[in-house]
Amino acid sequence: MWIAIGSLTVMGLVMGGLLGVAARFLAVEENPLEEELKSMLPGSQCGQCGYVGCSQYAAALAKGEAAVTLCAPGGKVLIESLAKKLGVKADLSEHEEKVPEYAFIHEDLCIGCTRCIRECSSDAIMGANKLMHTIIIDACHGCGKCVPVCPTDAIVMIPYKVTLRNWHWPKPEIEQAHSEHEVEHAH
Amino acid sequence: MKLFPILGGIHPDYRKERTSEKAIVAMPMPATLYIPLQQHIGAPAEVLVAEGDLVRKGQMIARNQGTVSASQHAPTSGRIKAVTEVAAPHPSGLPQMTIVLESDGKDEWADLPEPIADPFTADMHTINDRVAQSGIVGMGGAAFPSAIKLNLGEQKKLEILLLNGAECEPYLTCDDRVMREYPDEIIDGARIMAHALGTPRIVIAIEQNKPQAIGIMTKAASAFPEIRVVGVPVQYPMGSERHLVQAITGRETPARKLTADLGVVVHNVSTTRAVHHAVRFGRPLVARVVTVSGGAIREPNNVLTPIGTLVSDLVEFCGGFAVRPESVVNGGPMMGQPLPSLDVPVVKGTSGILALTAEEINDSQTSSCIRCGNCVTVCPCGLSPIDMASFIRKDKLDGAAKLGVMDCFSCGSCSWVCPSHIPLVHYFNYAKGALNDLERERSKGDRVKIFVESRTVRLERAAEAKRATLAARKPASDNAAPGNAAEAKPAPTTEEKANA
Repeated sequence: MWIAIGSLTVMGLVMGGLLGVAARFLAVEENPLEEELKSMLPGSQCGQCGYVGCSQYAAALAKGEAAVTLCAPGGKVLIESLAKKLGVKADLSEHEEKVPEYAFIHEDLCIGCTRCIRECSSDAIMGANKLMHTIIIDACHGCGKCVPVCPTDAIVMIPYKVTLRNWHWPKPEIEQAHSEHEVEHAH
Repeated sequence: MKLFPILGGIHPDYRKERTSEKAIVAMPMPATLYIPLQQHIGAPAEVLVAEGDLVRKGQMIARNQGTVSASQHAPTSGRIKAVTEVAAPHPSGLPQMTIVLESDGKDEWADLPEPIADPFTADMHTINDRVAQSGIVGMGGAAFPSAIKLNLGEQKKLEILLLNGAECEPYLTCDDRVMREYPDEIIDGARIMAHALGTPRIVIAIEQNKPQAIGIMTKAASAFPEIRVVGVPVQYPMGSERHLVQAITGRETPARKLTADLGVVVHNVSTTRAVHHAVRFGRPLVARVVTVSGGAIREPNNVLTPIGTLVSDLVEFCGGFAVRPESVVNGGPMMGQPLPSLDVPVVKGTSGILALTAEEINDSQTSSCIRCGNCVTVCPCGLSPIDMASFIRKDKLDGAAKLGVMDCFSCGSCSWVCPSHIPLVHYFNYAKGALNDLERERSKGDRVKIFVESRTVRLERAAEAKRATLAARKPASDNAAPGNAAEAKPAPTTEEKANA
């Protein structure tokens, strides 16, 4: 009987110990928040935030290491939604709302080196070795990563033009006869 | 016929008497016409002419392209002076591609397509093709290509063709005059359209403040038992498609659905007349009746205006300005849009040109909301304008969207009724545009995401393939080879292949 008790105790201790060690060393670090943040980011891996890609930025955000204001393509809307998600206050004073842009290749300057093609994360550049390249505007998300790699400075970023199709009325600016501030002071 | 009430609405001062008793007058052909490639909802038309070409009246000068589009025709004979960018009749004043036509003064018709001998035995496609070929768009103001609306009969079971003669906007009387002067043309056009759509019934709805038009149309329709002429209550915005359908059938069109889903197709009375001209005579839409009115106009009138006439020429024809106008509006005073310049053309959707004085506009300073709730009472869509405006003022567009700002059709009743002069409808116009922008950005973002993901997959697969071939080539070599292969740039070759 003692042998049975002894062996079971030893087995229990060894196996329990193994499980404990495994839980510590083999744990998969998974942060559900990280996944959620990643899905909010544009996902174009442009790297303008300073991280390698969107998932790395999402990881840094989840750990609270990065500011919510770094994603340029996301704009103000993304900053606000990230801030809301993380429960922090976004400092929009430094933020300059970027007008949407697209890249344009001056075709007479292009030497067909394909460097920009390698850089483009959304396959928006058409071209081949020693042949002129061009940008497919519909696929370009305006990250600007192709601009610095061009050896002939043939790529420029162009802001989208306001046309009859995308024009809309601006927000009305009203000067109220009694602004809220005055009302507050009066009380 | 039993009528049903519509929600909200207002009773502005109609001021229609300035032009309602004057017969339509034709304007002499201006020396130069400016025909924009886009005068309609959808894609701009494709130019068929070049500088220096000689064209004749009614000749197609730009062809419809894509599913939703409309063609353009020369409003007179002459020479194409240029195809260039000209300011659009739009509040932004932005330019758009326009065909500039110099009249030769002869006004010679081109060889027009043969009239359809008996439209009531003709196939629906014959009629629809003719309507499409004639460049007809909705002439009530929205300018939706009519041929597409005529195709609805193929997809849906339709009950009623509803002719919109409500003309609920103040000042405007062009539809009223057209109904009084050309009732038979409207009735004939309507019967042709009903035949193409397969609707057994035609209802012509006219606001009760146009008793002469109701009388004349009733008389003209008396020979046709399938046509009913109905006087609808005078209540702005009765002429809104959805509200008119509700008044006639008692059924509300669900948000983001069409009235055709209820079995009703609505067309403006002037559109019907254009269909009559196209089918019976092969004549395309090259002119329309425009109400020129407002306190600043010397001789208000209803003018038969060639498409492409400059607003300044039209105003000149009506005696010019008696006083300096505070604003010149394209359309009615409620839903019309201010024009930044008079050097813009009259287009197919231009129902009125109003030169309004400062008193007529009554632009007062905005003060705080006094929570009277009038805007909520008058909103014909059952929305809560003041709550939506508060959200928008604080840039919380999502909040406004939840309250249904996208269902607002900018009738302007809330702004009209507001005692504090809060520019409510301006907020909604802004919010609708900004929300559409966001939606466009979002859909582009989603598209780009797919590109990025597929590229990542492709690069990984290419690296994998390279590793495999390297491993196969040098089976005995050391372990470093696969690692090197992965690090070596796989991109150039794959990219070249992909892009070649």
